[in-house]
Amino acid sequence: MEQAVHDRGGWPTDAPIDRHEHELADWELLTDAIVDALERSGAMNVDELRRGIESMSPTEYERASYYERWLYSAESILTEKGVLAPGEVDRRLAG
Amino acid sequence: MSYRVGQQVRVAERSHDGHHRTPSYIKGKTGRVERAHASFTNPETRGYGRDGLPEKELYLVGFAYDDVWPDHRGGRDRIYADVFEHWLEVTA
Amino acid sequence: MSHHDHDHSHEPVAADEPPAGARARALEELLVEKGAIDRDDVRHRIDWLVSRSPADGARLVARAWVDPAFKERLLVDARAAALEVGLDPGPSPLVVALENTDAVHHVVVCTLCSCYPKALLGPPPDWYKSLPYRSRAVSDPRGVLGEFGLTLDEDVEVRVVDSTADIRYLVIPRRPGGTEGMREEELAALVTRDSMIGVSRAGPPLLFKS
Repeated sequence: MEQAVHDRGGWPTDAPIDRHEHELADWELLTDAIVDALERSGAMNVDELRRGIESMSPTEYERASYYERWLYSAESILTEKGVLAPGEVDRRLAG
Repeated sequence: MSYRVGQQVRVAERSHDGHHRTPSYIKGKTGRVERAHASFTNPETRGYGRDGLPEKELYLVGFAYDDVWPDHRGGRDRIYADVFEHWLEVTA
Repeated sequence: MSHHDHDHSHEPVAADEPPAGARARALEELLVEKGAIDRDDVRHRIDWLVSRSPADGARLVARAWVDPAFKERLLVDARAAALEVGLDPGPSPLVVALENTDAVHHVVVCTLCSCYPKALLGPPPDWYKSLPYRSRAVSDPRGVLGEFGLTLDEDVEVRVVDSTADIRYLVIPRRPGGTEGMREEELAALVTRDSMIGVSRAGPPLLFKS
């Protein structure tokens, strides 16, 4: 059975488990909190968040860090739902 | 369909392109119901902005390690995973 | 904030912040402007996240070690048990505690995502969210435990628990030997984060008292 990129159980790998500890950076806490606030307001739920993460290309998924995936998904789902206009975050960043 | 603790069940071996919570490594595998948790909204519809109703029963299903990974020898080790009722089938 | 003045820097930004940092800030700003999120909810969640730690879960475990009746309540309904000792079990609908014994050793993973009982343990360690852990914890659990320095006898049943859905799992590690006379607060100090995920044992008593 074909295994989607997020479906990691038993995925063949000899890669060691990197056990470095790292405190969450401010932007990671912020990303977590944005998603939580979206759930609270009803704008986006956690299952949608997961669907958005799972829709990343395998290359993007594997390259992205955990909260980069969250951020990607939140933008993509909110754009799909019309909360954000396409490219709106990019335009704000270019500001 | 509801299941009882101790019952033998098989995880459906169907592919599902959309968001769902059944990992592929247990699809088609036979295990045993270890706990009947409660019912929860269905992530397969809630993941598309709907309300996720009706709720689905969630079960903790235990598998013999050797049944999940036939190429290994896991002795008595077991693998447990939470599986929603509509992914479970009664075994013959 | 209702105007687009492009002055985003209300807070200091770490010098080594990746591009995702600016993106998260821009996203927050846009969503607040649109009324899609409440900035107070954001601040409250950050405050909540940085306030959670494994010390909370450790209190539950230590209480369970000294009070068998409490342990039974913890195993039946971890959410109620957490509330009983004044802990916030968090938004997860159901927390389930799993007891490690001489015969059974539980270890928790989330192969599809990184589900974790944040309310009782704080944010998960990076390795828990890493692809190698998510891949190999179910296919080679004894190998993974070995990497964490934990070797278990063959006659111990290793039980890998994949938290695929709404349940959050908390492992109750075995109480270390030589701790019979210790008070609950002293015992709590032996209960590590990793022992409540199941990749290590609870620590032995420290050699030096601080």
